[in-house]
Amino acid sequence: MKASERNPLVEVLRKHEADILADWLKEQARIGTRGDAAQDKELRNVSREFLASVNEGLRDGDVEGSGPSWARAREILFALSASRATQGYSPSETATFVFSLKQPVFARLRSEITDASALAEAFWATTLLIDRLGLFTTEAYQKTREEVISRQQRELLELSTPVVELWKDILALPLIGTLDSSRTQVVMESLLEKIVASGASIAIIDITGVPTVDTLVAQHLMKTVAAARLMGADCIISGIRPQIAQTIVHLGVDLSQVTTKASLADAFLVALARTGSRIEGNVQAEAA
Amino acid sequence: MERIPILRMGRFLLVTIQVDMHDQLALTLQDDLTERIVADRAKGVLIDISSLDVVDSFIGRMISNIAGMSRVLDAQTVVVGMRPAVAITLVELGLDLAGVRTALNVEKGMALLQNSTVA
Repeated sequence: MKASERNPLVEVLRKHEADILADWLKEQARIGTRGDAAQDKELRNVSREFLASVNEGLRDGDVEGSGPSWARAREILFALSASRATQGYSPSETATFVFSLKQPVFARLRSEITDASALAEAFWATTLLIDRLGLFTTEAYQKTREEVISRQQRELLELSTPVVELWKDILALPLIGTLDSSRTQVVMESLLEKIVASGASIAIIDITGVPTVDTLVAQHLMKTVAAARLMGADCIISGIRPQIAQTIVHLGVDLSQVTTKASLADAFLVALARTGSRIEGNVQAEAA
Repeated sequence: MERIPILRMGRFLLVTIQVDMHDQLALTLQDDLTERIVADRAKGVLIDISSLDVVDSFIGRMISNIAGMSRVLDAQTVVVGMRPAVAITLVELGLDLAGVRTALNVEKGMALLQNSTVA
């Protein structure tokens, strides 16, 4: 009963596959494609494959667009969405790929079916199917974008925690952004690895780029200092801004176990003195 | 019975832990080391834990204890060669080994002992 009702769509698609493809490509060109000839060729190939896979999906009389026979179609859409998401297409542009199929299919249905109610029925079934495929495209697009975002977050995490060697035996760790637990973990690990690699005995943690210091951030800082000390390296905390100094005291955070300096330059001089190195010139004289 | 060797280098004692530390071994080490500090009149103890890749709270406390005992016996303790993972674990366990001196490797630890016992 159901299968016979929906048969028109299946038959029309099978009979006019080539025509629909041609119309669809025209429609896509009308809406506007971006890019060069190579991309257009690629688009033609994808369109042809997708239409073939829609036929394949419809073969079992499944017009829902969700059964196992649609696996190939979904695969093509997913790959398309993924590549478009990374190429910077907008979600509407990506979904339009599927939605632009409506017009040519409707045209064929209209010329094939004469009975008004059967035509309405076929239109409805087609709309449902194409909408569903379009939604799937958007979902796939979003998924890919989310993957990109989470990858960027990871990269940002690594980028924002560089450990630099300032001088023989002196490391600097300029922190940018808020310190949370996972960030502290990364900072701690990279600092300790660098201490082992360079054999440094002093690490300067510069918190100029840390917007706020609350008890939690202070605790994370102290943990990092303690871990570095266990490895045999002294830590100096520098770059404490006036407001942060006030906050630290108001919160009752105890930083008495750590050497603190207002600027990285001051901390560097202390570190030089402790390692027994010195810079010739006015710098030392001014500090003394 | 398994024992951790204690080597004498001048006025200092060198302990290199190269096997998995278990509780009984740690207790034996405590006994042996305190005996040796007294017998050799050592001024410093250097504990090399660079081969230790697993620590628990017991071992952490034991290291702390050894340092405390040595101090009472007038010998300084320096723990050297702690691995990054071990350091992070100890900090997360809340053991920051306060009062224990640390150095990156045996060489630096020796220099530290030399400097602090000369004065």
